[in-house]
Amino acid sequence: MSGVVISGVGMHPFGRFDGVSTTDMGVAAVRAALAEAGVSKGGFQAAFCATAYGGVATGHKVLSRLGMTGMPIVDVEAGCASGGAALMLAAGAIRAGQYDTVLVFGTEKMPKGIIRSSFFEPWQEEAGLAATPAFFGLRAQRLALTSGVTKEHLAQVVVKNRRHGVANLDAMYQKEVTADQVLASRVVCEPLHLFMLCSPNEGAAAVVLRRDDVSSTAAGTPVRLAAAVLRSHLPGAVLSESTPLSGLTDDTVPAPTTLAARAAFEEAGLGPEDLHVVECQDTDAARELLSYEEIGLCAPGGSGALLESGATTLGGRLPVNPSGGLLSKGEPLGASALGQAVELVRQLRGECGPRQVEGATTALAHTVGRGANAGVVILTR
Amino acid sequence: MVRPGLFTDGDPPALLGSRCTACGTFHFPRHDTCPYCAAEGPEAVELPSRGTLWAWTAVTAPPPGYEGATPYGMGVVELPHGIRVITRLTVSDPGALVFGQSMELCVVPLHTDDEGNDVITFAFAPSGAP
Repeated sequence: MSGVVISGVGMHPFGRFDGVSTTDMGVAAVRAALAEAGVSKGGFQAAFCATAYGGVATGHKVLSRLGMTGMPIVDVEAGCASGGAALMLAAGAIRAGQYDTVLVFGTEKMPKGIIRSSFFEPWQEEAGLAATPAFFGLRAQRLALTSGVTKEHLAQVVVKNRRHGVANLDAMYQKEVTADQVLASRVVCEPLHLFMLCSPNEGAAAVVLRRDDVSSTAAGTPVRLAAAVLRSHLPGAVLSESTPLSGLTDDTVPAPTTLAARAAFEEAGLGPEDLHVVECQDTDAARELLSYEEIGLCAPGGSGALLESGATTLGGRLPVNPSGGLLSKGEPLGASALGQAVELVRQLRGECGPRQVEGATTALAHTVGRGANAGVVILTR
Repeated sequence: MVRPGLFTDGDPPALLGSRCTACGTFHFPRHDTCPYCAAEGPEAVELPSRGTLWAWTAVTAPPPGYEGATPYGMGVVELPHGIRVITRLTVSDPGALVFGQSMELCVVPLHTDDEGNDVITFAFAPSGAP
């Protein structure tokens, strides 16, 4: 079966950009990725555009601006994992022999504040049961109960990621914070303080996927897409990202992230022990720790200890979120998973300067959210 | 009532759920198809009104589409028959609650609608609370 490589990446920074449209940001990211891949008009046979709030035909609007239309252009919505879903579709089509070059991009301009989602029924909003950060807080409290995670751990996740983000010019926040500052920020939903939550924001990212036998190496070290997997939730977990109104008293239902990670490791023929660098969903500080456990970076219950060991800090055994994570970059839903892919491609090429994970050859990206949708992507060089 | 068919506001009130006659699971809200095994026609049931606290937090700022007071409690209560429900809590100070404590269903006012009517919803309160 043919392999898939990423032959070019591009970003529009994540942040707040008044007067810059979803289309403008998408165009910037797409142009950069195509230029890096050496692919021009007519050079790709399909495009997938990840977006959750972009509206009808977001991908068409971006590519119309560039005169690059005629091929199938498909918008992909899978909540926070939209970019992972787009990568899965594109990689699958290339492996199946349908295309040899596919453009994948994500672009998003989120409203400010708590994310409002058409997922909830109006009565749930009216009853106060559509409070997204409350679900994060409840999951964080359960993690505290089951894994001994403390508020100090949560603060240290923020300190770590914000420190990593200082060197990322594409991040919304490029300034360190202290644990005291994190814990002094107002409580949003116990145990989560404001600085422990990422900001929904704006941005775009793009990658060019090619079948390995057609890709030139003009852009430097080729990076292989070893797995791109999307999974949804299984029923029964009351605090699943599927946000049901009830669940079962069964704590053995695997999380969507676990389902996606297992499948991705199998697809890549690799395991957690093979990884050198990870970008994971840190919508809130507890979500990063939960991701350690659900992906299998540590045993269940071991996330606090893994963080404390320093393994997941730059310079440690397995740095997590060297980009600064969503806590530094912010979260433009459709673009976030592709932003992770851009970061990890640059890490595997050794282009990340002060935040470089030395010698990294195997990387994993993870997103999870509404749906539920969980995406896991594994890259190697 | 914030949505008809969610609960009864009698004394005591009850959550309106369903029970699958094929796989035996309990559901809330009431469904006409089992969300676990897809069997049609689950039996309509009233869920037990007492349970235990399994997770809790408080919402300190009004989320989109919410017009009631803040802060308010939100959590998960575990009921008999193997079901956990997402619910408002009458206690908005997380420090005043403990894991596993007994909780009971009640009805609380949310806000007043455009026609001056009180909109009510379900919540859980610590058992024996006034």
